[in-house]
Amino acid sequence: MSQNHQLSATDVKLGYGERTIVEKLSITLPPDKFTVIVGANACGKSTLLRGLARLLAPASGSVYLDGRAIHQMSTREVATVLGVLPQTPVAPDGITVADLVGRGRYPHQGWFRQWTATDDAAVASALQSTDTLDLAQRAVDELSGGQRQRVWIAMALAQRTDILLLDEPTTFLDINHQVEVLDLLTDLVRTQGRTVVAVLHDLNLACRYADHIVAMQGGRIVAEGAPAAVMTSAVVKTVFGIDSEVVIDPVSQSPMIVPIGRHHRLKQAVPAE
Amino acid sequence: MNVNVQFAPAATVAAARRKLRTRHRLVTAALTLIVLALVAAALTIGDYPLPVAEVVTSLLSPFTGVTDPASDFIVLGVRLPRAITGLLAGAALGLSGVIFQTVLRNPLASPDIVGITTGASSAAVIAIIVFHATGLMVALSATGGAVLIAALIYALSWRGGVTPYRLVLVGIGMAAIAAAITSYLFTRARIFEVQQALAWLTGSLNGASFDTLGPLALGLLVLGPVATILYRPLASLELGDDAAKALGTRVEVTRLGTLLVAVVLAAFATATVGPIAFVAFAAGPVARRLLGPAGNPLLPSALVGAAVTIGADLIAQHALGRNQLPAGVVTGAIGALFLIYLLAAANRSGRGG
Amino acid sequence: MTVAAAEQRSSRVPARAGGLLLLGVVLAAVLFLSITVGARPIALGDVLAAIIAPAPDSTTHRIILELRLPRTLVGLLVGAALGLSGAILQGATRNPLADPGLLGIQSGATLCVVLGISVFGITTLSGYVWLAFLGAGIAAVAVYLIASMGREGATPVKLALAGAAVTAALGSVTSAILITSVETLDQIRFWQVGALTGRTTDILLQVAPFLLFGIALALTTGRILDGLAMGDDVARGLGQRVQLNRAFAGLAAVILAGGAVAAAGPIAFVGLTIPHVARAMTGPNYRWILPYSMLLGPILLLGADIIGRVIVPPGELQVGIVTAAIGAPFFIAFVRRRKLAEL
Repeated sequence: MSQNHQLSATDVKLGYGERTIVEKLSITLPPDKFTVIVGANACGKSTLLRGLARLLAPASGSVYLDGRAIHQMSTREVATVLGVLPQTPVAPDGITVADLVGRGRYPHQGWFRQWTATDDAAVASALQSTDTLDLAQRAVDELSGGQRQRVWIAMALAQRTDILLLDEPTTFLDINHQVEVLDLLTDLVRTQGRTVVAVLHDLNLACRYADHIVAMQGGRIVAEGAPAAVMTSAVVKTVFGIDSEVVIDPVSQSPMIVPIGRHHRLKQAVPAE
Repeated sequence: MNVNVQFAPAATVAAARRKLRTRHRLVTAALTLIVLALVAAALTIGDYPLPVAEVVTSLLSPFTGVTDPASDFIVLGVRLPRAITGLLAGAALGLSGVIFQTVLRNPLASPDIVGITTGASSAAVIAIIVFHATGLMVALSATGGAVLIAALIYALSWRGGVTPYRLVLVGIGMAAIAAAITSYLFTRARIFEVQQALAWLTGSLNGASFDTLGPLALGLLVLGPVATILYRPLASLELGDDAAKALGTRVEVTRLGTLLVAVVLAAFATATVGPIAFVAFAAGPVARRLLGPAGNPLLPSALVGAAVTIGADLIAQHALGRNQLPAGVVTGAIGALFLIYLLAAANRSGRGG
Repeated sequence: MTVAAAEQRSSRVPARAGGLLLLGVVLAAVLFLSITVGARPIALGDVLAAIIAPAPDSTTHRIILELRLPRTLVGLLVGAALGLSGAILQGATRNPLADPGLLGIQSGATLCVVLGISVFGITTLSGYVWLAFLGAGIAAVAVYLIASMGREGATPVKLALAGAAVTAALGSVTSAILITSVETLDQIRFWQVGALTGRTTDILLQVAPFLLFGIALALTTGRILDGLAMGDDVARGLGQRVQLNRAFAGLAAVILAGGAVAAAGPIAFVGLTIPHVARAMTGPNYRWILPYSMLLGPILLLGADIIGRVIVPPGELQVGIVTAAIGAPFFIAFVRRRKLAEL
């Protein structure tokens, strides 16, 4: 995991059938950084993530992994470098947690290679870091939404890839587990030098955790860069169409977006630094 | 962090996996025993009473050289081929069914429902009623019919890829056409031809012999291991197309490969014994319920299929006194009753599927 | 936001209502053709004359009143019943493969008719009606009871599996009888295809009350099915009594499917495919899927029946065969063309 893999997209056009959602978009994901994609519903952020993860082939343009067109690479080879947690994976009826997370080891196994202690260890550490080890023998469909979400994250972690793409990994999670998951993803970046890309809903958590933030609107990137540089109330207005005030998060010193809404007019414009 | 702490989680995971593996082995072993017991019963029970000792002597006669023409004919010439045919056909149907249900993510989507068996049936009925064919020709056209309709279904579902949902719907459409052909011929043919066709459509082990078993045996021998190899990508396909792709599974290749295996197995089995009802449908759900969360259902499903087929044939031959019925009449009843029992009683978690 | 949503909704309603109207017009045309087309073509004037002032000695009038009209009305009711019951069964079990054929209803009816022929020597179409109805009812109750056992009651998957199991079990008994009794096979093979041939006024009068009642019941289930479509938990959250409602919708479907199989024999294809076509035209809202299915069903069934009458003169092709032979290619083309919404 020490080697730095690089993921980028050039002029990609992404969509479903006739409907184009992302047009002529280029992006380079900074390696060894935590990148967060934010935007309103239906702005194309999940579509972009699916495109980057080679789950969706671009109509034109290309996604490059280490300079090679990702759709021309063997999907197995990609899977050893790049892991994805899609938005709506399906848990087969009755499957246990350990079994499901174990399926994340798929790309590391050959046709005839048996399950080894390395696989057990990878599954165990994935379960441990998502706080689901004690669920190992439980059936996935008996878990709560939050537990299930953490199990899916564990499956993506068990894949042990340098690049990890996650589509809304904190949905269904309590605030404590949201923070835990984001802490965990940050650990992966800081201590193991992995590249993590996540689509997040919570703007303030996004600003707090992201090294690099990408704000999207209408299938285009409106702004990208360090959260402190990018997240201004003007950008928030463009992306979410809402008035807000940007203050400093007292805990992390990152920008904190305070939405205003109709019932709370700004009484006194407090100058933000 | 000391070594112990680091080590414990992996042990927990290994323990979880071991537990499932143990259950899988237990279920597989129990099913194997049941199948063996049924084969033994099929070799000893019959109109011509033979003590167990003589059955064993006959079975061993090719090795020992101790022969007895009468009992050798009964055991080696009649009962053994019949039991082996039941074993192989049942296993092939069970395996085929569970593969279809897994790939298409629908417990109803067995080859009998999505058109494969229907295609084989109408091809065979055409051969019987229009061309007055018998034996090998009927078997050949059944195989051809199954493969042809499967190819058509896949081709017609293809639009830059295949989705399970579209495959199922196109399968229903093709099945309807095939069934209409059968119905049409049934209303136009003379009644004795209809009777002959119906006998084939019911499916039976009558007339089983080692001579006609070659393709089915070879098919299982080759495709069984192929299915086992394909199970791992199939297991990631169960997580949904996106998750499977993310794990590096070649989704279309896996889908096509596994379906091909399932189609050929169903085709050979149907050609050999006719479209025996419900084995392909019931084997998967029954095996999955016995396994619980314990993973790979392929071998257990094949064993369930074999057990149901041999057991049904035993009942069909002997339960109703002189009235011998084809096995296909009984498989539906047995498979259904067993599935109903599992649905009602052994349904610990109350879930379906 | 809300204004936009309301606008969007209101702009769809006229489109869907217009579609419904269009289907109504098509159905009227099909009904007209069904009365006039046949071995003896009949002019519109004769049809009107036969209805308003029937002349007892006119062969044409007798054909219209005793053959074409009842046959057309039976086809109309059966088509509507099959379309509706298919839509309800697919919605209530959330399975795109559910239909009267897979949930035991048709195999129950078939077995009862087979028993009636082989044991009681009943060989008239109107005799079959009651037998088929009885069999359909028994099979449906059996399926529901089996699926209701176990902890969570009748979940969609258990219903589907129980239906398939009962179908197989009943089918086994049916084949056992047919294999041992040539006379029964000879009778049943013409009924089993599914046909409107020879459905006269007495059969119409036997089944019409049930089918009309079932249709009325079915059209009220839209709200229930829309709730169930989102999963049992959401439906429960929306205040539905899930098991009760599913049973109610199921009852409507069984009355319709039972009546249809009693009137015309087991026709598989209509109930299975019409709801998919309706769903693709209307979107996922059952309050629209149901009326669309109700109109599309008889359009397909009567259309097929008309074609069956003229395609192999002087004979006829049974409607069960023609619906599949003509409907299936259409259905496949349709499946290919559209991005179908999954259930």
